Amino acid sequence: MRPRSVLALGLLAVLASCARAPAPVRFIADGRPEHLSDWHLLNVSGGRLAPNAGVLPYDLVTPLFSDYAHKLRTVWMPAAVSAKYSADKAFEFPVGTILSKTFYYPRASGDADAVLKTYDAEPGAPAAGLDLSRVRLVETRLLVRRAEGWTALPYVWNADQSEAELQRTGDEKALDLVDAQGHGQKFTYVVPNENQCASCHVTNLKSGEFAPLGPKARNLNRALAYTDGSENQIARWARAGFLAGVPAGELPRAADWRDEKTPIAERARTYLDVNCAHCHQTGGTAGNTSLRLDALGPADWSLGLCKPSVAAGKGTGDRIHDIVPGRPDDSILPFRLASTEGGVMMPELGRSTVHQEGVQLIRDWIAAMPGHCQNDAPMKD
Amino acid sequence: MPPIRTSHRLLALLGAAVAALGALSACSKSASDPNVRAGDLPVDAEFAKKLQGQLLDAKPGTVIEIPAGRWHLDRGLSLRVNGVTIHGAGMEQTILSFRNQVAGPEGLLAQASDFRIEGLTIEDTKGDALKINSGENITIRDVRVRWTDGPKTSNGAYGLYPVKTKNVLIENSQSFGAADAGIYVGQSRNVVVRGCRAEQNVAGIEIENTIDADVHDNIATGNTGGILVFNMPNLSQPGHSTRVFHNKVDANNTGNFGAKGTAVASVPAGSGVVVNSNSLVEIFDNDVTNNATANVIISSYYSTGYATTKGVQPGYDPYPRGISVHDNRFAGGGDSPDGMDLKVLKTAMFGLNGRFPDVLWDGYVDPARANVPEERLCVDASASGVLNADGPHKYKDPKVVTDALRCKLAPLPAVTLMPPVAAAASAASV
Repeated sequence: MRPRSVLALGLLAVLASCARAPAPVRFIADGRPEHLSDWHLLNVSGGRLAPNAGVLPYDLVTPLFSDYAHKLRTVWMPAAVSAKYSADKAFEFPVGTILSKTFYYPRASGDADAVLKTYDAEPGAPAAGLDLSRVRLVETRLLVRRAEGWTALPYVWNADQSEAELQRTGDEKALDLVDAQGHGQKFTYVVPNENQCASCHVTNLKSGEFAPLGPKARNLNRALAYTDGSENQIARWARAGFLAGVPAGELPRAADWRDEKTPIAERARTYLDVNCAHCHQTGGTAGNTSLRLDALGPADWSLGLCKPSVAAGKGTGDRIHDIVPGRPDDSILPFRLASTEGGVMMPELGRSTVHQEGVQLIRDWIAAMPGHCQNDAPMKD
Repeated sequence: MPPIRTSHRLLALLGAAVAALGALSACSKSASDPNVRAGDLPVDAEFAKKLQGQLLDAKPGTVIEIPAGRWHLDRGLSLRVNGVTIHGAGMEQTILSFRNQVAGPEGLLAQASDFRIEGLTIEDTKGDALKINSGENITIRDVRVRWTDGPKTSNGAYGLYPVKTKNVLIENSQSFGAADAGIYVGQSRNVVVRGCRAEQNVAGIEIENTIDADVHDNIATGNTGGILVFNMPNLSQPGHSTRVFHNKVDANNTGNFGAKGTAVASVPAGSGVVVNSNSLVEIFDNDVTNNATANVIISSYYSTGYATTKGVQPGYDPYPRGISVHDNRFAGGGDSPDGMDLKVLKTAMFGLNGRFPDVLWDGYVDPARANVPEERLCVDASASGVLNADGPHKYKDPKVVTDALRCKLAPLPAVTLMPPVAAAASAASV
C-alpha cells in the first residue's frame, strides 16, 4: 500500500463521524466548472469546511499579505504522480495537481460583514478545516495543473457558505475589519479576475510561464500540526507521495517575518520576496522598473538603495529614492506600502488596506540601515 | 569629471517652481479614504463583467467591439492574449470612465503582442490609462486618454504607455492631464508616434530609453514640456536614434505638477523639446514656439538632480551625444523662464525684456570624447542661438555659443514599421 493511501485512510477516520464518505477529489481536465463543489476538494459538512480525503493542508513560513485574510491552503495530486523538488523555485507539479487557497476571516460580533483583524489562528486550522460558525468565507482560488499548463479559477462563496461560484471576472465584497480594540475599518475586498491571477503568477513576462508562488521549499520548511500530529511539511509531502527528489540534510528555510529573534534584514528581505518579488524580479512584470526585490538579489541599487524612481508617477510621494538608508520617511518604498491609493499603492493588486505590521517591519529595516545616499566620490561615467 | 552638486543643477533649478508642488501633492496624499467607495457614480457592472469576460475569452484574431456610450468601470481591465483588436465606436462615442475605480490601477493593462486598440476614450484612471507591458506589433489609433479635472498631481502617471515593446504605432491619438507623460514610449524599439495631440500633461510626448523612434506631425501644447527624449539610468537598454520632426510644439508653459522624484519633475515649465542624456536625436522641420523657458533644452542626467553614485548602475551614459537641431521654425519663447535662478540668469545676460536664445544647453560634454565629430551638439541658423549654461562649472560662466555649434550631422534613417503594424497603418491611410 502506498503511503498516501495510509494517510487518506487516516483522514477518512477523522471524517468517519459523517454519515457517508464524500465523493473523492475530481480532477477536471478542461473547461471551467461553475462550482467549487464540482472538484470535491473541500467538504462543507456538519458546520465545517474541511479538506476532502487525500487533500493535504499546508501553511507558509511567511505569507503574502491579503487584507489580513486568513488562508486555508491545500494540495492534492492524483495517485502515482508527485511534484519535483526544487531548492529555490516553485516545485514542478505534475498534471492533475490542484492547489487551493481559501480566503477567510474570523467573524467579529455584529453583522455578517464584520470580521476580525487578527493573527490568531482558528482552532484546528488548517489541518482540521474551519468551523463555519466562526469564520466568514470570502473566496477560494484554485490553481489546476492541466496538460496545457496552470489554470487559475476564482470561486466566491455564497452568503450561507454552502457553495462557492466561479467569478472569472472577479468580484468585490464590502467588509468591516475590526481590530482588538473594537475599532472597525470598512474596506472593499477585491477578488481578482483570472488575468490578475496571472499578473502575479506569471513571473517571467517573456516565457509567459505561469507558476505557483507559495509552495517553495524555503517557505514550506516548517512543522505543521496535522490531525495525526506535528510534522515538517516537506517531510509530510514526501511521505504522502506528493514530493520526490527531496535531498538529505538541511533544506533552505525562509525567515518568518514575525519572528523577532530573526535578524531584521532577513525578515524584511523575506517579506519583500513574498509580497513583491513575483513582479519585482528580473524578467518579471515590473522588470521595466529595474527594482528587484527577490530575496536572492544583491543589496545594491537594484534593491532600491539610493535608486531614483523610474515610472512611479505620484507614487514617489515627492521622495527621490526608493530606499534612503536610515531614513524611512524619505524612502519611496514604505510610502507606497503604506498607501491604498490606486497608482500609488504597492503591491498594486491584492490589497485594499495597509499592512501596518509589514510597513513597520520595512520602516524598521530601513531605519537600521547604515549609510546614506550622498556621493562618497564624484560620479564616474 | 564634474562633481554632482544638487544645489546647482540646470534642469532642477530651471524647475525651481517644482518646489511649489509640495502643496499640490500633499493634497493627493491626504485626499482619499480609499477604503470607502468613492462618490456616487454609477458602475456599469454588467457591462464591465461582459467586457472583462470578452478579454479573458479572446483568441488570436478576436475583435472586441465596445459599443458607443459612456461606461463607468470600477476595476481595471486586463488582456493577456496575443492577436486581439479592441474596437470602439470612436473616441467621442465610446468612453470608458474610471472615475470610481477601486482596483486596477490601470484602465487597461495589455500584456500581449499583435495588439490593436482603436476608437475609444479612457478617462480618469487612478493609475496609467493604457499600459502595454512587453509585446510586439502594437497599434494604438484614435484613442484618447484624459483626466477630466485638468492637471493634478493625483492624476494617473502615464496616458498611452507602451513599455518594453517592439514595432509600435501610436497614431491620431490624444492625451490630456497625465501627471507624468501623456504619450510615453519606454524601453522600446521601432516606434512611430504621429498625428497625436498632447495637452496639459507634465510631459506631452516622451520617448525614453527607446531605440529608433520617429515622432512627427504631432501637436504638443500646454504641457510643462512638449516633447521629451530621455535616457534614464538602471533600465534595460539605453535609447538612441530618435527623429522629432514636423511637429507643432507651442506654449508648453503649464506649471510642473509631477510628483517630485519622477524624471519629468525636473523639467521646467516652458520647455519645448527636451533631450536628456539621450544620443542620436535629430530635431528638424518643427514649429517650436512660445515655450517660455526655452524652445529647445539639451541636458545631461547631471542636471536632473537625481544623479548619485550609489543609485545609478555603473556604465550609465549621462551625456547627450550626436544631437542635431536644424531647419526648424522658431518664434517667441525663452522670455519667462521657470524658477528664480533662471530668471536671474536670463535678466543678467539678456535684460529684463530679453529672452534666452532658442536652444538652452547645460554644457555637459564627455571630456574623453569632446572632439568626436559624430557626438557633437549641432544647431543650425534656424535657431536664434545657443546658451551654454556652464553646468560643469556650477553655472559660473554661462555664454552664448551659437557659432561654435554650427556643425552638421548625418541625418538619421526613417523608422520603418514592420508588418502587421505597417499593413494596418497603410490600410488606414487610404
